[in-house]
Amino acid sequence: MKKDRPTVLYDVPGPRARRRNLLWTLLFLVALAAVVWWVVVSLADKNQLEWAKWAPFFTDARVWETYLLPALKNTVIAAALAMVIALPLGALLGIFRLSDHRWLRGAAGTVVEFFRAIPVLILMLFANAAYSEFTDISPDIRPMYAVVTGLVLYNASVLAEVVRAGILSLPSGQTDAAKAIGMRKGQTMSYVLLPQAVTAMLPALVSQLVVIVKDTALGGAMLGFSELLASVRPMSANYGANTIACFTVVAVIFVVLNFALTTFASWLEGRLRRGKKSTGAVVGAGAVEELATPGEHMGPADGTK
Amino acid sequence: MFDFLQGYNLLGAFWVTVQLTVYSAIGSLIWGTLLAAMRVSPVPLMRGFGTAYVNIVRNIPLTVIIVFTSLGLFQTLGVSLGADRFTTINFRLAILGLTAYTSAFVCEAVRSGINTVPLGQVEAARAIGLSFPQVLRIIVLPQAFRSVVGPLANVLIALTKNTTVAAAIGVAEAALLMREMIENEAQLILISTIFAFGFICLTLPTGLFLGWVAKKVAVKR
Amino acid sequence: MNVHRTGRTTVAVAAAVVLSFTSAGLASGASADVSRDHGEDEITVGIKYDQPGIGLKTPDGTYTGFDVDVATYIAKELGHEPGDIVWKEAKSADRETLLQRGDVDFIAASYSINDKRAEKVDFAGPYLLAHQDVLIRADDDSIKQPSDLNNKKLCSVTGSTSAQNVKDKIAPDAQLQEYGGYSECLTGLENGVIDAVTTDDSILAGYASQAEFKDKFKLGGFKMSNENYGIGVQKGSDLKAKINTALEKMVADGSWDAAVKKNFGPAGYQNEPAPKIGVIVQ
Repeated sequence: MKKDRPTVLYDVPGPRARRRNLLWTLLFLVALAAVVWWVVVSLADKNQLEWAKWAPFFTDARVWETYLLPALKNTVIAAALAMVIALPLGALLGIFRLSDHRWLRGAAGTVVEFFRAIPVLILMLFANAAYSEFTDISPDIRPMYAVVTGLVLYNASVLAEVVRAGILSLPSGQTDAAKAIGMRKGQTMSYVLLPQAVTAMLPALVSQLVVIVKDTALGGAMLGFSELLASVRPMSANYGANTIACFTVVAVIFVVLNFALTTFASWLEGRLRRGKKSTGAVVGAGAVEELATPGEHMGPADGTK
Repeated sequence: MFDFLQGYNLLGAFWVTVQLTVYSAIGSLIWGTLLAAMRVSPVPLMRGFGTAYVNIVRNIPLTVIIVFTSLGLFQTLGVSLGADRFTTINFRLAILGLTAYTSAFVCEAVRSGINTVPLGQVEAARAIGLSFPQVLRIIVLPQAFRSVVGPLANVLIALTKNTTVAAAIGVAEAALLMREMIENEAQLILISTIFAFGFICLTLPTGLFLGWVAKKVAVKR
Repeated sequence: MNVHRTGRTTVAVAAAVVLSFTSAGLASGASADVSRDHGEDEITVGIKYDQPGIGLKTPDGTYTGFDVDVATYIAKELGHEPGDIVWKEAKSADRETLLQRGDVDFIAASYSINDKRAEKVDFAGPYLLAHQDVLIRADDDSIKQPSDLNNKKLCSVTGSTSAQNVKDKIAPDAQLQEYGGYSECLTGLENGVIDAVTTDDSILAGYASQAEFKDKFKLGGFKMSNENYGIGVQKGSDLKAKINTALEKMVADGSWDAAVKKNFGPAGYQNEPAPKIGVIVQ
């Protein structure tokens, strides 16, 4: 239904409407072509389209082996680590937010609010400086620690909301049935609700992974973390400052990686929604952005809905 | 205790953050709505463009976009946005980059709002002979916006936090000042607390206020 | 599909992955190219990875540049074959920490000797006297002396002292753009948006020597400061004396001259004669 929806906004075009649409198409095409033409001509004018600047990416496998792939590996490791550490933390926070104890709800709510209100870059800068000042972590690994720490602090708070939404999305019959067979609160949570919630949350988790992957680039630009974006520096130093070409290739890799994740998330969502054996409860891929406006759960009283 | 703040323009840096946020918010509201209109328009080429734009931009790190405005648009294509000092140029480029990025999210929020408008309303509008732009402008968008104040508030708050990325091209906003202060002063915890507090002051009231507005204007169905 | 069990497995797997990653994966992940266990004959040297002519990681995984040549020579004199050298990236901000922690045996990474650094580490050398200079387009005749930089558009890397030096002392009306690396500056210089890139002449010469930039850029030759490049070693290390001996030998047998010619030659860089060990030009 979502797919057919836009067509409801206008009639099936008659001859006049078709002519008008054709006119719009042509105008838009001309505008687009003008922009593309301007970009291409300007780039060519500045010698940025010289084959020498782009050739390494196509003809020289060593560029990939030496710079891009190791950098991509660091991006993926940092993102995976952040997700894997943030998830249990987020689950814990999310469960606390559903607790029967007022103070626990309040405390978890405050933590969630705090880390969601602060830019992840500020968290990373803090972590980087704190590690260098208070710990003995080697400088070549420190940026990765800092990036992962910043991402974990932020994403645990976001995932807390996802987990909460996941648990609340389950039919109340599940809790009732657990109670009926004499399970305690903790048992209900760990044997009945959480396992199902994790499944329901999967699409949201995958799409949060996209956010995490994108945020690792901050570490490259501001902390000296050797991830994908930072690989532009040694690459362009070797090939006559072909920064435009390098940036374009890096951007394309990011898009391909994240697009794959996004597609996977929506496939997963569709599968779960159609699934017959589960409860059908699902926290969608779009949920992360729509969840809870900051400040919404400041008061300890509104812990449960 | 706060002696080390001497010589740093803390308020000035946060003022730049606020300006980046406000200008980019206005820009992305306009461009994002236009994109949403394209994505539901009867012209296939526009629909395709809108979809491609959103899918590409959402999947690129903002950092890449911001650096690209400086390196690609300014350094290579010579787009200086009518300014001739580096500080002004970088400020404007950052707004452009933030707008380009945030619009994709605004577009998706508005589009989800359009989907909440009941079919009957649209059909009624078409029945009385309104054209597509009229349907959109008079019937659909006003209702759509009222139902997406909440999601848009989240986009705005994300935008406020995202302005820190402008530090990557040297715009003198809060995160850049924080990095400079951490390097020069041995007051890490205090400095971080100040900046964290500053951002909480910006994001929390925005969230509370817009959350209240969202409830106020929500279309009762 | 049993939803119940899948969920629990997911959590269990997640927990296991956390443990294994945090214990081992993190350390090996980011520094895969650096061997952590010091073998008998191995020596670890800190260099720059992204400065052509000074220290550069090339696509085939080898390293080139003047600092690399000097470090290789020193390592040989200390009894290590080139194959036994473990190269490690030493970013400017990390150099003191790397030495203090003992992560590297010595550092050759365009490392200027100054009092603040000398409090934390010891310096052998100096082995090169560089000066702050500007790189300008070869066809640009408007910049003939440092004061011509007023009202010009300068570029340097974030947090560098060179840029601040120009703004404070030499050309107060210059505009300054800061980037994370010099490549970004060169893109602007090549496209005419930036008028001059400023940093040590050795670094600039390294860039200008690249084949891609042949005849495009030239050095200003302004000598706006004196930068005495030293070899950083741990405070109190006995390596300092040995490295000094090695450096003296390198100059005496002509290898030093050859390395300068090889790395900076194509840019028409007028190098200073080899500095005397222990003599720091203020």
